[in-house]
Amino acid sequence: MSISDPSAALLIDGVCKRYGSLQALDHVSLTVRQGEFFGLLGPNGAGKTTLISLLAGLGRADSGVIRVMGHDVVAGYRDARRNLGVVPQELVFDPFFTVRETLRIQSGYFGLRRNDDWIDEILHHLDLHTKAEVNMRALSGGMKRRVLVAQALVHRPPVIVLDEPTAGVDVELRQGLWAFVRDLNRQGHTIVLTTHYLEEAESLCGRIAMLKQGRVIALDNTTSLLARPIHQTLRLRLRGDIALPADLRAVARATADGRVALALENADAVSACLARLHAAGVGLEEIELVRPDLEDIFISIMREAA
Amino acid sequence: MSIALRTLLYKEVLRFWKVGFQTVGAPVLTALLYLLVFSHVLDRHVEVYGGVSYAAFLVPGLVMMSLLQNAFSNSSSSLIQSKVTGNIVFVLLAPISYREFYAAYVLAAVIRGLVVGAGVWLVTLWFVELPYAHPLWILFFATLGGAILASLGVIAGIWADKFDQLAAFQNFVVMPLTFLSGVFYSIHSLPAFWQTVSHVNPFFYMIDGFRYGFFGQSDVSPWISALVAGGSFVALTYATLNMLARGYKLRS
Ligand SMILES: Nc1ncnc2c1ncn2[C@@H]1O[C@H](COP(=O)(O)OP(=O)(O)O)[C@@H](O)[C@H]1O
Ligand SMILES: [Mg+2]
Repeated sequence: MSISDPSAALLIDGVCKRYGSLQALDHVSLTVRQGEFFGLLGPNGAGKTTLISLLAGLGRADSGVIRVMGHDVVAGYRDARRNLGVVPQELVFDPFFTVRETLRIQSGYFGLRRNDDWIDEILHHLDLHTKAEVNMRALSGGMKRRVLVAQALVHRPPVIVLDEPTAGVDVELRQGLWAFVRDLNRQGHTIVLTTHYLEEAESLCGRIAMLKQGRVIALDNTTSLLARPIHQTLRLRLRGDIALPADLRAVARATADGRVALALENADAVSACLARLHAAGVGLEEIELVRPDLEDIFISIMREAA
Repeated sequence: MSIALRTLLYKEVLRFWKVGFQTVGAPVLTALLYLLVFSHVLDRHVEVYGGVSYAAFLVPGLVMMSLLQNAFSNSSSSLIQSKVTGNIVFVLLAPISYREFYAAYVLAAVIRGLVVGAGVWLVTLWFVELPYAHPLWILFFATLGGAILASLGVIAGIWADKFDQLAAFQNFVVMPLTFLSGVFYSIHSLPAFWQTVSHVNPFFYMIDGFRYGFFGQSDVSPWISALVAGGSFVALTYATLNMLARGYKLRS
């Protein structure tokens, strides 16, 4: 597929964006096909939100081209925006209105007048129907997040972009939200998602782009990314508080359950590593050799790009 | 009028109407207090047109002052609130052109100005009897004056990043221009120097023309006032549309 595929849901070609002396996006090019579930990953400050704001027309690229369903986001902004639903990263709301008023007004902005049947359906899917007449101010953070999702859907956009929709959201809502977004994807909507939870990206996204300092450093199918012959991951639980040797510390990270994960080239590197640890007098309580998950891949790609 | 423009206008009107106590009630009360105090204290000290009582002279000035200030306040405070809270994004994400954006904010602010102006006029009816020499001029200057301040409010609301910057704009630009425009006096009663200064203040023409609609007499011809006010509106609209087209501070 060429970069200028006219049927692409999103076409981003050579996009640069500078804020003062900071190069927030540096010649970003990527294409998202219709119907894809696409992940945009990267550490904080990588430029994910900047890229989303450019496709939504909230900012303007210094150079490059962006099209949404074939419509240029500057020259054809009306059609581009009609085809795009964006759930912003920030938890924003208008305190003057109720949930229903908010959704009716948002429909009106998109030129839709009698949209209540669809609004009720969205409210129902997002478990918001009991809150329809409640003022936005009175909603919890999770509820406000759902209204943001609902607002992005009022005009039934074929392309939906969610910018860290599960940041600071409880597990139950996260699962409900993902089930809903998966359904939308099954019905044919193209989904683009940024998230901090890599296991979410791994289980949801068919394809992933990794961004670092404004540059795309990896762009591949999730399965291909996971199949990268990068390494073995050795997970260890250390005994006592003896520090790792410096060369090993460079490839180590702490896991959530208090273990140490080491990304190593191959089986020889694993046995060499264990020998080093033994020589350094580091005691081991537990050893596990695992298939790398997206987080390991992510970290190793970020390191390679450094 | 497109559905998008109508919706944004409706939202902006609903926004001030839901808190009408503050956005309409309060300025009407303030104007009433001005009338009670100033007309009582200044009645014998300020020279206005022949055959017109000071209180009668003052009322159109107060109506217009309230109208102008509230038109400014509506567009500027709505925009800065939306910017600071971030919910401006909902408008910016939608397929709304910058011209529709401008029209909606200005129209809503004109409506707020007219509602407040009408409120002031209604409560002062109890105290003063006014002639209505040229009702069309009254409506013309009320609407145009509201539109001028609404436009200025859009500029200020987009320019300001914080509420205190907006307050500075209001206190150092809008308030002096309204106070020095002949709300409380006829500029013919001023020394020559201040008369000249008043003549370069566009607000003076809006109030003078508005007053002409009531009394059939004014400091300058209503046609000149209409020309100055119309010219100011065209210039401000041009400047504001230019700002919006470039995305200044809204689409960085
Ligand atoms: N409006 C702005 N002005 C200046 N710098 C900005 C602005 N928006 C983002 N940045 C900077 O651009 C970089 C990318 O930010 P962002 O796109 O928000 O990253 P991400 O969403 O991947 O965490 C960061 O260094 C951020 O500080
Ligand atoms: Mg972000």
